[in-house]
Amino acid sequence: MDASRLPGFLLRRLLKSALVIVAIAICNFLLIHAAPGDPASVIAGQSGSADPQFMEQLRHQFGLDRPLHVQLGIYLRDVLTLDLGFSHRQQMPVATLILDRLPATLLLTGAAFLLAVSGGVALGALAARRAGTWADSAITALALTFYATPLFWVGLMLVLLFSVQLEWLPSFGMSDPGLDLHGPALWWDVAQHLVLPALTLGLFYLAVYARLTRATMLEVADQDFVKTARAKGVPEGRILRAHILRNALLPVITFAGIQAGQLIGGSILVETVFAWPGIGRLAFDALLARDYAVLLGVFFCTSVMVIVLNLATDLLYAVVDPRVEVTG
Amino acid sequence: MSAFLRRFARNRGAVVGAVLLVLVIGMALFAPLLFPGSPWDMAGAPFQPPGEDGMLLGTDSLGRDVAAGIAYGAQVSLIVGAVSTAVALLIGVALGAVAGYLGGWADDAIMRFTEFFQTIPSFVLAILLVAIFTPSIASIIVAIAVVSWPPVTRVVRAEFLSLRNREFVQAAEVLGKRPLAIVLTDILPNALSPIIVLASLMTATAILLESSLSFLGLGDPNMMSWGFLIGSGRSVIRLAWWMSVFPGLAIFLTVLALNLVGEGLSDALNPRLRKRGAAH
Repeated sequence: MDASRLPGFLLRRLLKSALVIVAIAICNFLLIHAAPGDPASVIAGQSGSADPQFMEQLRHQFGLDRPLHVQLGIYLRDVLTLDLGFSHRQQMPVATLILDRLPATLLLTGAAFLLAVSGGVALGALAARRAGTWADSAITALALTFYATPLFWVGLMLVLLFSVQLEWLPSFGMSDPGLDLHGPALWWDVAQHLVLPALTLGLFYLAVYARLTRATMLEVADQDFVKTARAKGVPEGRILRAHILRNALLPVITFAGIQAGQLIGGSILVETVFAWPGIGRLAFDALLARDYAVLLGVFFCTSVMVIVLNLATDLLYAVVDPRVEVTG
Repeated sequence: MSAFLRRFARNRGAVVGAVLLVLVIGMALFAPLLFPGSPWDMAGAPFQPPGEDGMLLGTDSLGRDVAAGIAYGAQVSLIVGAVSTAVALLIGVALGAVAGYLGGWADDAIMRFTEFFQTIPSFVLAILLVAIFTPSIASIIVAIAVVSWPPVTRVVRAEFLSLRNREFVQAAEVLGKRPLAIVLTDILPNALSPIIVLASLMTATAILLESSLSFLGLGDPNMMSWGFLIGSGRSVIRLAWWMSVFPGLAIFLTVLALNLVGEGLSDALNPRLRKRGAAH
């Protein structure tokens, strides 16, 4: 791509992302007001008292007696200054709760993503290269299996096998609370705790990437530039790596961006199964407590994460593939 | 029709899927005959392993029959899968048809709207919707439909864009046929095959979504579901594997069956297209 056009492209994409974030904030605001019972009664219920005077005071305190559009303006201002509200259950600002849990979720989704992409591309490439053989059928069957299995159930089955039966890996939490570990010993402990959750979350996407890589590689392998390379006498291994795989990776990049939201959504289930202390677990606890402020905060925060990731993949794509039209 | 069936039957996986699907539907229909009485009632001693006490798949921690729970759970899964897919199709086809047929600013606006829904994390939104509107079969169906329509809109729009300028559509326009009639009687029937394939895959995804929601405790409190069974068996998995394993197998087989049928339909409806990837 022409490097001089990159800033304009970046600006347009940033503007669009900002608009989407505002739209999500509005969506959040509407959801709060669509909930049965107004926010004051929810708060009153959560703090255990609901006499009319207290409710009136709450309504005034939170500006609920003002016109809706004024409330929306205040809400947008708050959200854009990263004030996501207050959890009356936990007596903490929602933003603090989420920021505390964010690193654990990033670690889990990052590990799962790496596993899914590397494993999926490798298996997909293998299947495409051996198209029609038993290895191809086995990989396709495996992909179909993981595609049809609920995430949380895969997690439970892995616990049953590796924690209960074989006793190889821990199945609960992020580190052993009984041990006071520091430095490398702590990392090792966290790594062991990470294996099963990351595997659970990653296997489904591994299946998706394997099928996608296989399909695009078979498509690319038919094209003229591959035949040309072969006619020139380029070694088969190099054709596979430099010509076919490199081009087949582009759809995988796009898809990885699209799937970012799914991956983060899936982490709610996986964190629930493994008691992994990330924002997914936070969302589950908020769900049990009907703590809407936290739920809405998680929704907003995960949406922003997806938008940032989409922006990153778009840029990566534009840099990797010179043919990409950088408009819109 | 017979040519269609022959092409469908050539895909062995699709036949297996269709047979599995018929079995699951039969299980849902005959659940009250197979297991008279409520699946919530105690049927035997708690924590009975499979095969003991006359319980084929064992009992759960409250002595409820796991097999009965699975049979009644099939009802919820199939109803939620079918109805939420129907609602999502209704939204998706309507928006996609308008976008593809009218083009211009309507197309622009609808596609931005669709992109927006594809950006936000759909599972988180579904959780939020069900939690806020209190868990019930209706709120679950609405939530799943709200997060599943965007791919339909995209597919229908693409089909309409390519069909809209064909001669038979132009002929209908010249004859003075009303746009709504053209859309419904001329274009839509020609765009049906990708919609049918998509519908079977969407039903599979909807069943997975429903089981995930009820696993998190967001199921309809009055209806037994597979996700609920796994969620309640989860805390005792070290003592009683069967409570989580069997309902999970039921979900797996049903979703697999729908995916296989979807692939078979795709092969049978588009004989010229070879299998594409899983992702669209």
